[in-house]
Amino acid sequence: MAGGARAPGGHAMSLPELQFGEVFANIDLLLKACGLTLALWAIALAAGLGGGLLLGLARIAQRRWIAWPARAFVETFRNTPVLVQLIWFYYALPVVTGIQLPAFAAAALALSLNACAYCAEIYRGGIQAVPTGQWEAGRALGMGRLRLLRRIVLPLAVRRMVPAFTNRAVELAKNTSVASIVTVHELMYTARLFSSQNYLPLETFTVVAVIYFVLIYPFTLASYALERRFAASGA
Amino acid sequence: MSEDVVLRVADLHKSFGPNEVLKGIDLEVRRGERIAILGSSGSGKSTLLRCLNVLEMPSKGRLFLDGAAIGTQRPDGGTRYREAELNALRARVGMVFQQFNLFPHMTALENVMEGQVSVLSRKKAEARALALKHLAQVGLADKADAYPARLSGGQQQRVAIARALAMDPEVLLFDEPTSSLDPELVGEVLGVIRDLSESGRTMLLVTHELGFAYHFATRVLFLHEGAILEDGPPEQVLKSPREERTRRFLDRFTAFRI
Repeated sequence: MAGGARAPGGHAMSLPELQFGEVFANIDLLLKACGLTLALWAIALAAGLGGGLLLGLARIAQRRWIAWPARAFVETFRNTPVLVQLIWFYYALPVVTGIQLPAFAAAALALSLNACAYCAEIYRGGIQAVPTGQWEAGRALGMGRLRLLRRIVLPLAVRRMVPAFTNRAVELAKNTSVASIVTVHELMYTARLFSSQNYLPLETFTVVAVIYFVLIYPFTLASYALERRFAASGA
Repeated sequence: MSEDVVLRVADLHKSFGPNEVLKGIDLEVRRGERIAILGSSGSGKSTLLRCLNVLEMPSKGRLFLDGAAIGTQRPDGGTRYREAELNALRARVGMVFQQFNLFPHMTALENVMEGQVSVLSRKKAEARALALKHLAQVGLADKADAYPARLSGGQQQRVAIARALAMDPEVLLFDEPTSSLDPELVGEVLGVIRDLSESGRTMLLVTHELGFAYHFATRVLFLHEGAILEDGPPEQVLKSPREERTRRFLDRFTAFRI
């Protein structure tokens, strides 16, 4: 024990013997759970990118009756914990409306609406950062507002928004773990179950961290590639 | 009203908040006229130009293109403009900006094709051929595939002129097209505009280039504090102005000569 740090009780502090073998023996349980994690991620991200655009456009609308509800939505979902939103959709919605969503649907809905709120703000910022000269040049050609958005403003804005969307998407991938609270058998739920049955929290969650990394990192690389492609096209 | 009036404004007012920039402009532009609009900064010349394609919404007054009124009169005396109507107007009244405003994510060729395809619904092949023709006309056939970031200011402005020309506009507006260019690049852009004047196209040009205005224009307007102070042939307005204000303005440009 020479040189080893001593805990207050006088016992030697050392790492317990790690038993990764036990975790690897059951790795198929964790890998299977990845499917639900990826499904939640894909659904919420797609909803965020699609719904967020509509919501972001509503935020910058001239008409107040469009802009204000959009703003209320964004502020509600951004300024409350996603965990609470999830619990609300799973436990409170049936009480209020009589609709009991399955756990997965409740989690997907909460994560999607949350992603919409964040993405709306990314779209809003990106669109507003496009110089007014671009709008004017399009209008001077006779382009309507929608066509201008689609052909000029969004392509320019999206280039600037890629890093922000990547950031949000990565955050979202990890946020899917809150679904474990309502018993969705995704990666984190399965890991907690496994770890408490086998008393191997350190090994289990270390492996889980590596799995998350392996899931998310290719996405990050793809977004870097996208940024490089945009940079190469001059804009 | 005579048949060859292509653009007419009547009692045009424009205010930004409490600041009235245009104080009742009446103007008839005849087909084929080349009008240079002069005036000191703040005189309202750019605002007037931007009201002609309703990039700025006039506060009061009416606008007529080929005799047809733009917008519908509201009971309170104001004018309501529908977006579709404005888009149609703008497709017929081209504009070249001081800051070029090329679309940076498109090549020179794509910039010149964009309005043709998405507004005029021309076929891609046709738009492409016309775009190449107009790029050649401004001397940039070899830059068709270049992105704006790779072009000099003068080249960007020439692409912008080609972009406006490709819409085959009845009236072409130039808003200080050389004001943000390095002095040695001004000549190439003015050269292109001068060449256009031979095509007989109706053009309005806001500029500080008095010499160019003299040779280019068939008619010169001098704006002062939101009103047209002088309106006549270049010979008269630039060489023997009627108004003291105009004389003082011109003197500032001729104070230093080599």
